[in-house]
Amino acid sequence: MTDSPPIISVQGVSKRFGNVAAVDTVSLEIRQNEFFALLGPSGCGKTTLLRMLAGFETPSEGEILIDGQDMTDVPPNRRPVNMVFQSYAVFPHMSVFDNVAYGLRVTKTPPGDIAQRVQEALHMVQLSEQAERRPDQLSGGQRQRVALARALVKRPKVLLLDEPLSALDAKLREAMQLELVRLQTTVGITFVIVTHDQHEALSMANRIAVMESGRVQQVARPAELYEFPNSRFVADFIGKMNLFQGRVVERQGAEMTVDIEGLGRLVLPGQDKSAETRPVSEGQEVGVAVRPEKVKIHRDAMPAGPIVLRGQVREVAYYGDTSHVFLRLDSGQVISANLRNDSRTSDPSVKIGEDLWCSWEPQDTLILDR
Amino acid sequence: MDSWRKNPLVFWVLNLSPSAWLILFFIVPLTLVWVLSFGEKRGLLEVAITGTFDNYARALQPLYLEIFWKSIWMAGLATIACLIAGYPVAFAIAFAPDRWKPFLLLALMVPFWINILIRTYALIAVFRTRGYVNFTLEWFWDQANGLLTLLGLGGYQLIGARYEPLELLYNNFAVNMGIVYAFFPFMVLPLYANIEKLDRSYMEASLDLGAGHWRTFFSVVFPLTWHGALSGIIIVFIPALGAFFIPDLLGGTDSQLIGNVIERQFKSANDWPFGAALSFLLMYITFGALALRALVAGRNRGLDV
Repeated sequence: MTDSPPIISVQGVSKRFGNVAAVDTVSLEIRQNEFFALLGPSGCGKTTLLRMLAGFETPSEGEILIDGQDMTDVPPNRRPVNMVFQSYAVFPHMSVFDNVAYGLRVTKTPPGDIAQRVQEALHMVQLSEQAERRPDQLSGGQRQRVALARALVKRPKVLLLDEPLSALDAKLREAMQLELVRLQTTVGITFVIVTHDQHEALSMANRIAVMESGRVQQVARPAELYEFPNSRFVADFIGKMNLFQGRVVERQGAEMTVDIEGLGRLVLPGQDKSAETRPVSEGQEVGVAVRPEKVKIHRDAMPAGPIVLRGQVREVAYYGDTSHVFLRLDSGQVISANLRNDSRTSDPSVKIGEDLWCSWEPQDTLILDR
Repeated sequence: MDSWRKNPLVFWVLNLSPSAWLILFFIVPLTLVWVLSFGEKRGLLEVAITGTFDNYARALQPLYLEIFWKSIWMAGLATIACLIAGYPVAFAIAFAPDRWKPFLLLALMVPFWINILIRTYALIAVFRTRGYVNFTLEWFWDQANGLLTLLGLGGYQLIGARYEPLELLYNNFAVNMGIVYAFFPFMVLPLYANIEKLDRSYMEASLDLGAGHWRTFFSVVFPLTWHGALSGIIIVFIPALGAFFIPDLLGGTDSQLIGNVIERQFKSANDWPFGAALSFLLMYITFGALALRALVAGRNRGLDV
């Protein structure tokens, strides 16, 4: 997949509304058959970028190529992409069948083909039984399937999805996540999804672009994004993170010696491959980070290791599958650690006020230079 | 707030004045006119209520039916013209930047601050032979003629020897324009209200699925804003049907509408019973139009978005 040519190529695209740059010099390549997610907090420009792909907004600068073709002067109705709207925008005055057939009728598809393709599309989203229903007789999840079928029946080169799951309740959302992935593998079309939900992006996408205030912060596979975020913003936005201030004392290749504020000096082996290329120099202020689930908790004093810290339990949050323990370290900083409740009797019985020890492996430590 | 069931006194006190107003100035006069329509003219000011249907029989004579039919036709034409012109204007306002909208709506309403009679007289200045439309057209004619002369074609009189002013006033065209001009905002406002609350993503979805702008309008926008159009049609059609001073001022000899006939019965002809019968026939037609609207609206219920 890595070698397939890009189906979408975004080249230095900006979109300004007045003085505000909603999208700021973004360059991206989305590959054939990829499930690509644009992830970011609200107002980060991800929807504007998607709408530029669909043709509803014109870039102030830069170019968008879809399947190698410049889209600058191509109106939305002539682009080889289709969109699933956040509100679904299922036409309320048409039956389910007519909604799905609409896109074929307006492009003068032979009527025989229309009936067959609509049936196929409805079957694909399991709505064959509801073909004659009106949208107001459908549930939210069913309306979304209509919107999906209506877009997929056009056999677009790229399917654009604007926060498609945000209006569904939690259970249905999880089911739809799996179904979207299944659909994407079945139809073999590139999906570009916009979401503010990191879980959604991590669980569905092949690659994710994290956006913040109009800029792309990082583009990576989900696991890479989670384990090797390239900035404080990404580290904090994806999952949870313990973040400390530090300063690089010494650097030899990928191996770094870092003074962490309140925690002491730490030698980090060059596990992080990208660390070698990072422009981190001696004396530089950096962020030192570790994921809560990488932090281990011990009841007894540990032999002094590379990273062993003592703290007092301030709070315990129980989530069923995990418990999050918040420790106040002797230095006054708070660190969180996740305990997996992997047995019914594994109730950590960690009490507030209790003194505990925590530790983590040096290679699980992240150095964030921005 | 208290329900009127819990606190009937408050309900009755609050409703007393509007009810009294309605009864005194609407129900009572209407009933008087209705009763009058079954009367006979006995003298200059004397009318005897005899329960006769003669007035209605006379009103249904071909002469008056023809005028009824013409009035319906003229009002319908003006309504359609309002609808066709109203959609683009309503669209323009609904899609204008938010800070512009109040001013555009104000611009639509400002003419209402001037009496309709004066505005209709103003139309005479626009349409007459030496009026602004003809002045403008003459200017264009002069420019075109000047250009032809410049090209050395002046001698051929390709566009006539001199500008021939168009006869725009004192005919059915002028009456129609007058009605359209008078009632246009009544079409635009309900259309605007409907287009404004129409979810833009319906239009975007239509474009996204490959439809052009015309197809999007007729397949998506129009069916979804049809309720606004229907309200506009009704509130333009009904007053247009009863228009009397517009045809009076702008119309020619063949531009008499039913409103003029009714006015004449009450004034110059002094035949109140017959005028009353004509008025009520007109009202029944109006009821018919409203019933039709209710029928269409009822059939499309559940389509409100």
